[in-house]
Amino acid sequence: MKIHLNGASLDTEHNDLAALVAALGHEADKVATAIDGLFVARSDRAQTPLREGCAIEILAPMEGG
Amino acid sequence: MTPEKAPPSETLNLYGSEFTSRFLIGSAQYPSPAILLDAIAASGADIVTVSLRREAGKGVDKDTGKDSAGQQFWSLIQQSGARLLPNTAGCKTVKEAVNTAHMARELFATPWLKLEVIGEDDTLQPDVFGLVEAARILCAEGFQVFPYTTDDLVVADKLLAAGCEVLMPWGSPIGSGRGLNNPFALKALRAHFPDTTLIVDAGIGLPSQAAQAMELGYDAILLNTAVAKAGDPVAMASAFAQAIEAGHTAFNAGAIEARDMACPSTPVLGSPFWHGTGGA
Repeated sequence: MKIHLNGASLDTEHNDLAALVAALGHEADKVATAIDGLFVARSDRAQTPLREGCAIEILAPMEGG
Repeated sequence: MTPEKAPPSETLNLYGSEFTSRFLIGSAQYPSPAILLDAIAASGADIVTVSLRREAGKGVDKDTGKDSAGQQFWSLIQQSGARLLPNTAGCKTVKEAVNTAHMARELFATPWLKLEVIGEDDTLQPDVFGLVEAARILCAEGFQVFPYTTDDLVVADKLLAAGCEVLMPWGSPIGSGRGLNNPFALKALRAHFPDTTLIVDAGIGLPSQAAQAMELGYDAILLNTAVAKAGDPVAMASAFAQAIEAGHTAFNAGAIEARDMACPSTPVLGSPFWHGTGGA
């Protein structure tokens, strides 16, 4: 399945958001996630299926003003 | 217009939490992570703003064993010991801001949020219509919102009605270093909302400008660029800390009213005949 991850195209075999986050090497509590612009809570990732063409955002802490 | 605010307490109250410092500092654009930490320490700030960005790399690089950029920053900023104030920088719609807020709350484990909804790219002026709407949604969802707003009195009133307990009007456009573009409007805000915590956020370039805002009776200053991009960020952080403290002390002390004509400071009673009635 082809998805968009942080604006880039990605082929993935994972079916849910939790699996994708883990496969990318992120600790679950070190990133925040959204699908198609909507926040997905950490506790909901495993129940959140990935769909063809969906846009995933994985965000991390960064400096800010 | 004369500010009618009662003398501020010696601590800064933000949503029920008390802080000693009235200087909130940003964490972006420093020459190095070490200088960032040193500047935070020199500022004396209890609160540091942070943000969220796309995580480009893996959580831990298997080849190098290094944490991702996000995790490196997370580890660094925790060393400061400061309370974190996440922002929604870059958001241009209510939907973006609300969803970014939820991501920030989960990641930073705080209900605090510096709410930014940007309406114009050149000035980074807030979209005040979207700002009020997003503030209403987020306050209802339990966020403690610090809205980055303009100095517009009516917008301020609507943000308070939305549930905000703190307002953060700009001094001038973000990163411009122009200081207080409209001191009259900031003074009016202070006078109209004597019991609301008001923080000047954005546009401050010099310590004297921060002192000016504090002399108007503002409760605190939030700035980033003026320190981070200074020739010596650590020294500049210290300079701002002193100016903010000086301005706050001056406001509490009660300044004299400016007048158009001279007024002799030396008593004229008993002056020698050759002095007449003038003199310093």
